[in-house]
Parts: sequence; C-alpha cells; structure tokens
Amino acid sequence: MTATRDKFGRPIVVVTGMGVATSLGAGKEDNWAKLTAGESGIRTITRFPTDGMKTTMAGTIDFVPVEPFSSTDLSEKLGELVTEEAIAQANIGSKGDFPGPLFLAVAPVEVEWPQRQVLAKAAGANSDINYDTLLRVAGGGKFVQYHRRFLFGSVADHLADTFGTKGSPISLSTACASGATAIQLGVEAIRRGEADAALCVATDGSVNPEALIRFSLLSALSTHNDPPQKAVRPFAKNRDGFVMAEGAGALVLESLEAATARGAKILGIVAGCGELADSFHRTRSSPDGKPIIGCVNNALVDAGLTSDQIDYINAHGTGTPENDKMEYLGISSVFGERAKEIPVSSNKSMVGHTLSAAGAVEAVFSLLTLEHQRIPPTINYDVPDPAIPFDVVPNTARDARVTAVMSNSFGFGGQNASLILTGEPV
Amino acid sequence: MAETRPMTSEPVEAWITGIGLATSLGEGPDAHWDALNNKRINVDETGFAPNIVHPLAPVSYDAQIPKKGDQRQMEAWQRIGTYAAGLALDSAGVKGNKDILSRMDMIVAAGGGERDLAVDSGILNSDGYGAATPGLLNEKLLNDLRPTLFLAQLSNLLAGNIAIVHGVTGSSRTFMGEEAAGVDAARIALARIADGQSDIALIGAAHNGERKDLLLLYEFDDFNLKNKFETVWAREANSGFALGSAGAFLVIESRAHAEARGAKPLARLKSVVADHARRKTPGEVTASLQGLWSKLGAKSDAAIITGATGAEPVTSEERAFLKDHADVAIRGTGTLFGHTLETQFPLGLGLAALAISRGAMFPPNDSTGLEIEKSGKPTQIVVIGAGHWRGEGMALVEAV
Repeated sequence: MTATRDKFGRPIVVVTGMGVATSLGAGKEDNWAKLTAGESGIRTITRFPTDGMKTTMAGTIDFVPVEPFSSTDLSEKLGELVTEEAIAQANIGSKGDFPGPLFLAVAPVEVEWPQRQVLAKAAGANSDINYDTLLRVAGGGKFVQYHRRFLFGSVADHLADTFGTKGSPISLSTACASGATAIQLGVEAIRRGEADAALCVATDGSVNPEALIRFSLLSALSTHNDPPQKAVRPFAKNRDGFVMAEGAGALVLESLEAATARGAKILGIVAGCGELADSFHRTRSSPDGKPIIGCVNNALVDAGLTSDQIDYINAHGTGTPENDKMEYLGISSVFGERAKEIPVSSNKSMVGHTLSAAGAVEAVFSLLTLEHQRIPPTINYDVPDPAIPFDVVPNTARDARVTAVMSNSFGFGGQNASLILTGEPV
Repeated sequence: MAETRPMTSEPVEAWITGIGLATSLGEGPDAHWDALNNKRINVDETGFAPNIVHPLAPVSYDAQIPKKGDQRQMEAWQRIGTYAAGLALDSAGVKGNKDILSRMDMIVAAGGGERDLAVDSGILNSDGYGAATPGLLNEKLLNDLRPTLFLAQLSNLLAGNIAIVHGVTGSSRTFMGEEAAGVDAARIALARIADGQSDIALIGAAHNGERKDLLLLYEFDDFNLKNKFETVWAREANSGFALGSAGAFLVIESRAHAEARGAKPLARLKSVVADHARRKTPGEVTASLQGLWSKLGAKSDAAIITGATGAEPVTSEERAFLKDHADVAIRGTGTLFGHTLETQFPLGLGLAALAISRGAMFPPNDSTGLEIEKSGKPTQIVVIGAGHWRGEGMALVEAV
C-alpha cells in the first residue's frame, strides 16, 4: 500500500483541471467572484417570446452566440468552452490529444422547433403539414447537417474529436444528477486502472420554449418573475420552484500517481461517490427519504468517511417545496443533530438549476470552496422555513475551515448521486 | 460500494444469467428460437411506406407491467423496455427478490424524445397559414402538450420506469448515443463486475421503430431502407436500414454471486470492447474492427452475430473485415430484426447467450452467401456492433 492508494487499496483520484460556465459568466474566476458576492444570474428571458408563459425568467447564457439557436448547439459550445479551461489548467496531453476517455452528461437530444419550421417551409405547402410532409422533403442531402446535429451522441462525438479523448465517449443522462454521474464514471474508470486520466464534462443549454413549457406543465418552476434575481429561494419558506438555467462544468480527473509523476498541481480529491435509485414515483422522492439517505451513506462509505468528517454540504437545493424538504429529511437522518449546525448552501440560488450540468458545476464550486476556504451563500433567504432548520449560510458568503465537502444531486426518475470532495487524500 | 478486492487479482468471471427479448419476432426465448430456426422475418412495407419497418409483435404488457396507471405513464419505447426488463429478471430468477433488486445495478442505453405528432403537425399548420404570432408556439404547446409526455420523452425515464415497476434500485445510469450506448452499457457493467465494483447488473435497451419522428432523423441523411426489403448484406444498390422495434435486456452477474443463489449460467460474458473511429478516411471502420478483434481474445473459429445496419459505407467496411472470418457462422441481426439502434448490441448479446444455451447456431438468412450453414455447438460467439454513423463495439460470449 503506497500513498497513492486509498484505504481500500484503490488509486486515489484527484482533480487537476476545472472549467465552468453559468449564467454568472465564463470561467472559474468570474463565477467565484460573483458567487461569493451573492449575485444572481437569473434574468428575464429575451431569447424567445414568453407570451402566455407563467415563468418568464431563467439563468440563460446569452454571451455565447448560437444562430440559429438549438439547445444542442449551445450545449456543445458550452461543453467546449469549459473543457478548454479545464485542460488548459491541467496542462495535460497536447492540443487535441487528451490521454483518457470522455464522460459527458448532456440533455436528451431531439430535433427542435426552428429546424422543424425550416422543414415545413421547404415543403412549400401551407396546409395539411404532417410528418409525412416533412419526411418527403427531409432526404436528398439538403438537411444532412440535422442528422449529425440531432444524434444523441453528437455532442460527445464533437468533443471527442476536438480534444482527442481516447476510446468510446460515453454520453449519459441521469436527469438532474447527470453531472455527478459523469464524474462517478471517471472515478470508477481510474480506480479500475483502465485510465490514468479522464475528462468529465456536463453541459446543458436547454432554455427553449418547449423545455420551459414542459417543466412548467409539471408545476416544477418558480413563477416569481419579478424581480427575476429573487426567484430561486432554496430552503426559504416562500420558495416556489426551481428556475431553469444553462451552464457547463468540466473536470480533468487523474490518478494521484499519474498527476504526481507529471508534476501536476492537485486541486482536490474525489474521495467518494454514492448513488441509489428511488422506485417511489417518476418525479417525487420516496416520503421516507430512504433512497436519499442510502445514497448519502453510500458516498460516505465509498470515501471511507463518517458524517462527522464532512464540514460543508453543497446541497442539491433546487428551491422546489418538495426537494428541499426531502433533502433536509435525508441529511438530518444521516447527520443527526449536526444537520442544524453544518453549513448547507445552494449554488442554485444564484446560478439557477443547470439540470444535466448541475452535478459538475457544483463539484467545481465545491472544489473552489475547498481552495478558498470560503462558503458561497444561499441567497434570497429572507423567510426561514422552520421545518428546515439548516444553517444555509444565508445571503452572505462565509470564511470557514473546510476539509471535506458533500455535493448532492437528485433528479427525476429516482436519480440520486452524491460526491465527496476533499482537499487532501483521506 | 467499498471495494476490498486485492489489486492484483484476476478479473471476476461474469455470467449472463437472464435474457429478456421482446421484438418483431415475438417475446421470450422459445418464440425467438422458433422464429430464427424457421427463418421468419416480420416487416411492414406499407404502414410507413415507402419506408420499411419491423413492427413489434403483439405483447401483453399486463404480464410485466401490471398497473395500467404505469402503462399510461409511458410511451411505447418505455413500455417495450420495461416489459423486456421484466422478462430478463424472470429469466434470471430474481423477479420480486427485493434483497437482490435493491442492490442490482442498472445501465440502460436509451434514445428518447417520442413526439406527439398531432401536436407538432397542428403547430406547423398554423405557421403555414401565416397565423404565426410570437406567442403562437407557446400557446399551442401550453394547451396541447400532455404533462406526462415529457416524462415519456426523458431518456433516463426508461430506467426510472424499470425501478418503479420492477424495483431495480441499486443504481440507475442511462447512456445515450445510438448504437455505441448499447455497447458501452454492457462494457461498463462488465468492467464493474470484473473489478469487484458490482455483483449483479441489469443492462439493456429498448427502441420503438414505428415512429415517424425517428424516421425523420434518419431520413436527413437518407438512411431509411425504402420500397423493397432485402437482407442486410444485399443492400449495396439500395442501402439503408429498416427501423425495428425491440427491447433487449440481460442480467449479468459475477459467477460467485450466481452460484451463491443457485443460478445457472446461459453463457459467460468474457469481454466487451469499444472504439470510436473518426471515419474521416475509407478503411477506418475495418481497421477499428480488426483492432477490437485483437483485443477480444476470441478463437479464430468463433461464430459472429453482427448488428450490421445495411447503411453505407459502414456495412461495406464491416464486410471487408468479415472476409477474414469467411468460414465461420456469421448472422446479421439487421436482416432479422431491423435496426434497433441502442438495442442492437444488447439484442446481439441476448441472441448469443440464447444460441450458446441451446447448443446450436440458428440458420443463415442471406441471399449473398456471406452467412453460411454451420452445424455443431458454438463455444464462442463474438457480437459486433458498428454504428451507422459512429461507434464500434465487440463482445465475446462463451459457453460456460
């Protein structure tokens, strides 16, 4: 047993590069400054008309131009942006030659409205348009680019090509836990000794009319449109839903051994990963909280830590009435009385819910918390909910000694994933 | 979770102990074995004309999805998959075994995005009449979209439904990315078992080929087989694939785990390998398949079950690779089941396990002579999946 293996004999997995983009801006520096200043990236949507919609704000990323817009194009551009940042920081491989596999969390892909409308126009008819009409004009080579664009594997294909990752790139979705799952897959590959390095990327550019309406029809979104910056209110009594947001996060993972051998700067450790599925309901957590409790416990066991050793929780904290209540139930069941003392903050109060990207975006923020020994706040916390007596680090960032962070992600379809990130090997 | 296996030990042996197939040829091992041996193929040349599809054979969903409410929450691809997953759990003898299901890992390969065609058409027609106002799309979507449709569109909700209906909850991961997703689901599940990260896993996929919104995606590059059905090796003049409907799931577990519960193996899953050729120059797929074969550790006389699509140029590149294996039994599932994207590779694995468990290879179904008659017991079958656009994979399935 050498110092490059953990107490279970597995290779220790470290982070040597990170990239992030959110509605607050591009890059770690900008994001961290705004996050710790308690700024919100939520704004009124200008990308498309919101007539008739109950929710008219989101954490859009408007500083990356995409014309004509498609969510998949934006996801790809964001993924590329954060990967460049992460690889540059890690200074690994050479340009276009990353020495390991790609694990990509990405939203499900489908042909979108602007493209459907282009096809309908090409059909030349103005009545009786149906899928047979579209099928008649789709072939013959005029729309080949739509095939390339709307394959589920298209974003991963592009990133694998651009950055020269090795092997078969994996695109995955575990709904709002996807970003955490991408990291978990990378950790597992390194622990198995299959790879010395892995590129874990999560990206989401989903703010389009249909996606907004779909979440709205499930009554999941905040309708607190004015002012939009006050919309996301995790753990507050007057919380009324999550706010859709765009973003991306990338991590370069390496075995400690490989990172040390090449003299890389180590930004943090992925000490443990846990997951557990919930079979209760498609969109709701089991009322007894057992899947969340089991997931959190699995992460602790995987890291070889006890809950006493965690000193900050980066919450899933979406701001929906249901999620925040269930997260408190889960955390308090595992942490006991300490659940009221340990700082638990929600980055989503500022950047919104970046959906498929959230797990990776929040892992980056957790690692920055370790680096800066400063905890970003939960903003818009003006009306405490007595049923959720967390120390949410209300409204103002706080300096604190942080050695181990738990970052939680929960999603539709019974998806639960937790990561444990530390500054030093445990 | 915590792995305590010594770091120098041999890979853990993995068995396939359950298969669940629901396809255009029927459901379950017996129906499939009969259909394959009778060279039956089920195509619909009229319903989606000029495109050809392989429609799902009728199944009684109630048998695996007893609650009507659950069935209503799913679109067809999720029902097919949840059904096939149930068959696999039954086949492995773990259905309803809460102890095992609660720690069973799950990797599903999925597409998604089943559209409401009537809603889409209605919106496009309103546009066409020049009635499009800025809020029209919103108004139509708000009024006409069913809230439950979103859940039927989310890729990870096939896994979600399997968790709800069958109670598989150890973990739930959904891979996307067409054919390669099916390869990677098997590859990662096996790697985790081989390394001691997992004891038992449910893997698989489902595909509804009877969808005009999916035909549209492949029509953009003229991939749909049209007008006349030909076997997959006889499509050079009229290349393409006929979409197929199918669900294919497998239970894979460590030998020790299977033996401890007295489960019998159908076959051993020896290895799964994958590649991602850039396909920028001719010959890259052939070279990729040659490279994968060399990593696989198969004997030269191993039989082959391939998901070759009939699309070009990939099928010709695969045929060039197969020339080196001209004297073994090669079977193309694209001829028999159509192209089922994410499902094609798990389907190939299921058929390989079935053939090994029956001690025979099913007969050829090919007019070109590439598939040859071969008697005798197959001891090794290599499953090949070369995606229509990207992704190459291979697995070695062996007799135990």
